[in-house]
Amino acid sequence: MELEELSGRKLLDGENIISPTQGETGVDIYISTSSAGGGLQMMVGGVVKSMTGESAQRAALGAGAIVMDVLASNDGRLYHEKVQRIRQLRPDMILLSGGVDGGTVTHVVELAEVLEAANPKPRLGMNYKLPVIYAGNKNAREPIKERLGEITDLMTVDNIRPTLEEENLQPSRDKIHDLFMEHVMAQAPGYKKLMGWTDAPIMPTPGAVGEIIKKIAEAENISVVGVDIGGATTDVFSVFQRQFNRTVSANLGMSYSVCNVLAESGFDNVARWVPFNMDKTDLTNRIGNKMIRPTTIPQSLEALIIEQAIAREALRLSFEQHKEFAVHLKGVQTERTISDAFEQTSSGETLVNLMELDMLVGSGGVLSHAPRRHQAARMLIDAFLPEGITQLAVDSIFMMPQLGILSTIHPKAAVEVFEKDCLIRLGTCIAPVGKGKSDQVLLHYEISLPDERITGDLKLGELKLIPAPFEPLQAKFTPGKGIDIGAGKNEVLETKVYGGVVGILLDGRGRQPFVLSDENENRVALLNEWSKETDEYPQLESLRV
Amino acid sequence: MNGRKRLTNIPNWRVYVSRSYTPGLKILANTKISKKRQLPMKGNVHLKIGDKVKSNEIVASTELPGNVQMLNVANKLNIEPENVPECMLIELDESISKGQIIAESKGIFGMFKNQLKSPIDGTLANVSEITGQAILAEPPVPVEVDAYTSGTITAVEEEEGVTIETEGVLVQGILGIGGENRGVLKVVTASPNDELTAEVINESHKGMILLGGAFLNMDTFRHAKKMGVAGIVSGGFDYTDLSKILGYSLGVAITGSEKIGPSLIITEGFGKIGMAERTYALLSANEGKFASINGSTQIRAGVIRPEILIPDELNHGECNDFKEADLAISEGSLIRVIRAPYFGRVGKVKSLPPELMKMESETMVRVAEIEFEDGSNEVIPRANLEMILT
Repeated sequence: MELEELSGRKLLDGENIISPTQGETGVDIYISTSSAGGGLQMMVGGVVKSMTGESAQRAALGAGAIVMDVLASNDGRLYHEKVQRIRQLRPDMILLSGGVDGGTVTHVVELAEVLEAANPKPRLGMNYKLPVIYAGNKNAREPIKERLGEITDLMTVDNIRPTLEEENLQPSRDKIHDLFMEHVMAQAPGYKKLMGWTDAPIMPTPGAVGEIIKKIAEAENISVVGVDIGGATTDVFSVFQRQFNRTVSANLGMSYSVCNVLAESGFDNVARWVPFNMDKTDLTNRIGNKMIRPTTIPQSLEALIIEQAIAREALRLSFEQHKEFAVHLKGVQTERTISDAFEQTSSGETLVNLMELDMLVGSGGVLSHAPRRHQAARMLIDAFLPEGITQLAVDSIFMMPQLGILSTIHPKAAVEVFEKDCLIRLGTCIAPVGKGKSDQVLLHYEISLPDERITGDLKLGELKLIPAPFEPLQAKFTPGKGIDIGAGKNEVLETKVYGGVVGILLDGRGRQPFVLSDENENRVALLNEWSKETDEYPQLESLRV
Repeated sequence: MNGRKRLTNIPNWRVYVSRSYTPGLKILANTKISKKRQLPMKGNVHLKIGDKVKSNEIVASTELPGNVQMLNVANKLNIEPENVPECMLIELDESISKGQIIAESKGIFGMFKNQLKSPIDGTLANVSEITGQAILAEPPVPVEVDAYTSGTITAVEEEEGVTIETEGVLVQGILGIGGENRGVLKVVTASPNDELTAEVINESHKGMILLGGAFLNMDTFRHAKKMGVAGIVSGGFDYTDLSKILGYSLGVAITGSEKIGPSLIITEGFGKIGMAERTYALLSANEGKFASINGSTQIRAGVIRPEILIPDELNHGECNDFKEADLAISEGSLIRVIRAPYFGRVGKVKSLPPELMKMESETMVRVAEIEFEDGSNEVIPRANLEMILT
């Protein structure tokens, strides 16, 4: 009804949604995502943790699940410890993989025997069997069925890792989505009613966000990193070299798990982003109070600055986890020639290449609703440390999940809405990479704005903002000695860059390494200077007085 | 994007915003309390609808599967996995005792046989001819669920649990640690703004639930634990002290399973914060009564707050149950601020302006104008207010 009021369009006929449209009333389609009951919680298993274990994890994460634990033959736990863990966690479903097709069956059967001994019960509802998806060595299907067929709701799909060189995640992901609808969602109140309304399958919310990120990367042929920072969790999505990855940092968030951000990053790492000195007990109590009163809003500037400092650390830690996970397949045998010895991408190496990254998209309250867009841009830059030339954007009103589902029905419409209404273009970060010396010019820049040409030098330690609109602007960047801006060390780069609601941020604070001063007074002075340059906290001066 | 702007165009906008729902903690003197007591897995429910129960009475019980041990019989007997089943000397589900020979290899011409003894008492749960393993299960672990509070059984979920209803006092805290405990309620501070110190706690407080004031430190908690106190209720506590008690930093507020001695409930938050007058007064008025305390907290979907519950079976009067509408803040409502810079202060809502207002942080929010007890006025985000139910 509220939507009817807002849109000025009749959408409901009694309790029913009018679909398809009839003239000026109704909607074309109705779609929905779900994060009911804290989302889809899964446990996955594989024989070797870093191989089939990781493939299973990738499949589950890509489908929008939270992975509670990865069971593996080589995870270092004793059998009874694994059994206890399964009983204790009570996941919504289990994905079991292991072995390449035609390989040894013993290890994956051993894992099935652990599951059999645990006789796991689902998290919600006592009256149905736990769904288990088997996506391992096809030769082990029969013995797996003998062990799990009776006590669980066992489904079999194609092997997730048919050969060491190949990963086949889609059949497992599709099955996870099916089971999510049939089993997990079926436990949620109101599910049947919702099912009757929707024109497309209900997807787990993060799975839907992943879909739209994939579509954008595909449509524009670019590398993208998307991040969604919530109260309890932070999801990171990436597409590099056409490979999609999603990670969820289950306990890195801005309210429910904010104390965990503090615990994992440490007080000093949070405090390093705060441009004034703080008492440790006071800070920890304040953060603790945010955890237990998660819906409160920072009223004072001081409180806002502390929240945004924590956000930087939550984003940084989540991205670290993502980099470790988004890797080339491990265990792949490669033949190497002499030339490969000089430049090789070994198995297990991260796919995340910040110099290659074209666009960084932020979502979640602390980024989308930051009082100033400049603050969102700063948080993204400080946490992700993009290199070379990277466009920055935030999701305006958390429209990405809905667009994700829409993209499965109408990709073109989804991409268009994403570009026009969903994204708020903040601008572009220009960050030269390489070791510089104090006061060294890292970059000479020439940027043609619509009505003027701006040129200048960016020195090590400087952060500058050039207000510029979101349109293609001709630019020339000449890096200093030993510095790379994207075309290679010492190579001049002529390209088009885009501004946005913030503009073009020239970041000379260093990459590889990026170092913040350990010396308190010096650090606070620099933070104040950068804040002033980038229009981050215009009232900061008054706070210090 | 333009949703917010359009809303302000609705002529009777004020109707929508004159009330603001920011549920507070329940601090109820005389209410109907309903408690679900459930088994972790299916089992037996021992009572029926209408039965009266005492707080320590067992209402349902079950047996959790015992620990399992896996024995690699093939390796130990030096035989092929497929030969394991025929080498087992006992049947599936048969009882075994520690030291009993449970498998034996065929040997060579009946000689040089290898034997395998059971490392546990239990049963043989499974034997695999593929992995060559035998799964041994220890005896099941009995689990009992008690009533937690006295009252009457009003619902039975077959094989799963019961619902107990009673009437009495219900006070929720903001965060607790430690699970369920019981004891007689004892007031040990002179006012809600006093700090609870070790000197006032002695052996006579063993098994009791102590009502403190604004704060207690780590030493006081340790002393209370030593004296055998069953539970402590305090306004505030330091986050760093909480980490010391738990042995880790509490990253997510999901608690209840820690074994820390007394259950600890804080009613206001972290730091030195006077307990809300109303909470303190209500609990003090019930000093000497038998109370149940539960520190279990879950601040996430399906929120669970820690609680102190004082059943009053003699009460047959009208229950003053709160209604959803009672939780709506409107002009004249008594509120408490739950975030800095006015954290903990109590005041009255003077007005609820409909427009979004810019705070010092430049955040645009819906606000309330508050008149504090000292007569001063401040504008505060509505999200930072909590209703005090009166």
